[in-house]
Amino acid sequence: MLATLINWLTDPNMQWILMGSLLLGLGSGVIGSFTFLRKQSLLGDALAHAALPGICIAFMLSGVKSIGLFMIGAVVAGVVATFGIHAITRYSRIKQDAALGIVLSVFFGIGVVMMTKIQHSGNGNQSGLDKYMFGQAASMMLSDVYLVGIVSLILVAVCTLLFKEFKLVSFDPGFARGMGLRVGLLEQLLLLMTVIAVVVGIQAVGVVLVAALLITPAVAARYWTDALSVMVILAGLFGALSGVTGTLISGTLSNLPTGPVTVLAATSLFVVSAVFAPNRGLVAKLVRRLRQRNDLRRSFESAVVDMPGISQRTQAAERSAD
Amino acid sequence: MADFWIILTGTLVAATCGVLGCFLVLRKMAMVGDAISHSVLPGIAIAFLVSSSRDSLLMLVGAAVLGLITVFLIQLLQQGGLQSDASIGIVFTALFAIGVILISRNAAHIDLDLDCVLFGEIAYVQWDTLIWNGYDLGPVAVWMLGGTLVLVLAVIGLFYKQFKLCAFDPALAAAVGIPVALFHYLLMGMVSLSTVASFESVGAILVVGMLIVPASTAYLLTDRLSVMLLYSVLIGAVSSAGGYYAAKWLDASIAGAMITVAGILFVLAFVFSPLHGLMARYQKRRKLKTASA
Repeated sequence: MLATLINWLTDPNMQWILMGSLLLGLGSGVIGSFTFLRKQSLLGDALAHAALPGICIAFMLSGVKSIGLFMIGAVVAGVVATFGIHAITRYSRIKQDAALGIVLSVFFGIGVVMMTKIQHSGNGNQSGLDKYMFGQAASMMLSDVYLVGIVSLILVAVCTLLFKEFKLVSFDPGFARGMGLRVGLLEQLLLLMTVIAVVVGIQAVGVVLVAALLITPAVAARYWTDALSVMVILAGLFGALSGVTGTLISGTLSNLPTGPVTVLAATSLFVVSAVFAPNRGLVAKLVRRLRQRNDLRRSFESAVVDMPGISQRTQAAERSAD
Repeated sequence: MADFWIILTGTLVAATCGVLGCFLVLRKMAMVGDAISHSVLPGIAIAFLVSSSRDSLLMLVGAAVLGLITVFLIQLLQQGGLQSDASIGIVFTALFAIGVILISRNAAHIDLDLDCVLFGEIAYVQWDTLIWNGYDLGPVAVWMLGGTLVLVLAVIGLFYKQFKLCAFDPALAAAVGIPVALFHYLLMGMVSLSTVASFESVGAILVVGMLIVPASTAYLLTDRLSVMLLYSVLIGAVSSAGGYYAAKWLDASIAGAMITVAGILFVLAFVFSPLHGLMARYQKRRKLKTASA
C-alpha cells in the first residue's frame, strides 16, 4: 500500500489530480462558510440532486461527454432549482424544508428518467454519467482538472475580493442595505457561487455527498473561532485537507469511490473540532463546567465556615426574644 | 400480472410514505425524512454482512436502529448549539459515506448494487416471490410493504390524537402530558422502517419523494389533517400508476417516472388549488381590490 502511495505521489498526472481536489476542497470550504452562516446548508444537497437533469440534457443535446458542458447544464439546472425553491416558499404556505425536499426529489426523479432513457437508447458514450453519483476524482482527465482548479480559484478570488460585502450580507442584510450595498445582487451572486461550488464538487464526491463538502468543513471551522476571516480560511484548509486525503486513500485502496472517503475525512475533522476545540469544544465545555462547580463548592464551603457565626447570632436573637 | 404487482408495490410505498409524510411536512421535518432515507444504508450493509443474505427482518431491524441513531445524533448536535440544517447535513452524509464504503469494500460478500439502493428496481419486484408450503404467495416486497403499511396505520390509528397534537402544537402536547419525545422517535422509527421496506423496490430517492411530494400537494388542497392524509395517499397511488405507464411509454426508470408524475401533480396543485393555489390567491387579491375600490 505504501509503495502504491509513493508511486502515486511521484506520478505527475496524479499530482495534478491531487492539486485539483485540493483546490476544489478549498473553494467549497470557503463558499460553505457563507452558506452555513446564511442557514442554507441543505441548499447544497438540493442543488446537487437538481443538477442531474441539467447534466443529462447537456449530454442529450451535445452527445459528448465533456465536463465543461455538463457543468454549464448543471449550473442552469441549479439556478432553475433555486428559483423553484424560492417560488414555492414565496407563493404558497409550504415551508423551506419541504420546498427543498420537493425540488430535490422531483428534479432528481426527472434526471433519473432522462439518465435511464439515455442508457436504454444504447448510446455507447453514456458510461460517464453514473460516475456522478459517487464521484471518481481519480478518473478525471487533465483538462477536467484544469477546469475544476480554475473554477475553484475564481470562487476563492471572488470571495476574497468581496469579503467585506459578503460578510455584511451574511450577518446583517438590513444594515448592509442601509450602508447602500446592493443586497439582492450580492445574495444572488452568493447563490450562484454556491451552485457553481456544488457543481464542481460533484466531480469529486458525487451528487449524494457533495452537501458535506459545503457543510462539514465550515461547521468544523466554526468551533475554533468567532472571527469570520479566520473561519473562512480554516474552512478552506479543512476542505482542502479532506479533498487530498480522500483522493489519496481512495486511489491507493481499490474499490473505493472518492466521495465517501473525502466526506469521512471531513467528518473526522469535524469530530476532532467538536471535541477538542478551545472554548466551544466538548472538552473545554466540560473543563469549564467542572471549574465552575469547584468555584461554587469553594464559595459554598466558605459560607459554611461562616455558619457558626450565623448560628451564634440566631442564638443571641433567640435569647433576646426570651 | 407484472403491471399489477409493480403498481401495487408503488401504491403500497406511496401509501406508507404518504401517511408518514403528512406528519413530517406538518412538523417541518421534511429534510429529516431525507436524512433518514440516506443514513439507513450502513444498517442495511451491516445486516447483510452479519447474515450474508437478504434476510429482510434483520435488514429492517438494522435500518430501524440506524434511523433512530440518525435522529439521536441530529438532536445531540442541535443541543450542542448547531443549527438544525447543518446538523442534518453532517449526520446523514457521514452515515451514508460509511454505508457506501462498507458496501464497496465488501462487494464480494454483499449482493447489493449501489445504483439499486438509490434508484431501486421496481421492475424486478415480481421475480422475487414468497413461497410458503409450495404455494406462490406473490412478491416478497408486496408482503413486506403491506406489513409495514399495516403497522404504520395501526400505530397512527391508535395514537391519532397524540400525533395530531404533536404535529400542530408540540408545546401544548407536552403541557397536556403527552410524551412528545416518545412520539417523535416513534414517528422517526416508522419512517426508517418504511425506507428499508421500500428501498429495494423503489430506492432511497423515491422514498424521499414519496414522503414529501404527495404530502405537500395534499397540504395545499385541504386544511383538515384527516382529509390531508387521505389526499396524500390518493395522490401517491395516482403517481405510482401514472408513473408506471409513463415509464413504459418512455422506456425509462419507473421509480423516476413516479416521482416526476408526483411533481407534475404538485405543480398543478400549486397553481390551481382552490384553497391555496396561485390562481386562488390572485382571485382573492383581485376581489379585495374591487371591494376596497
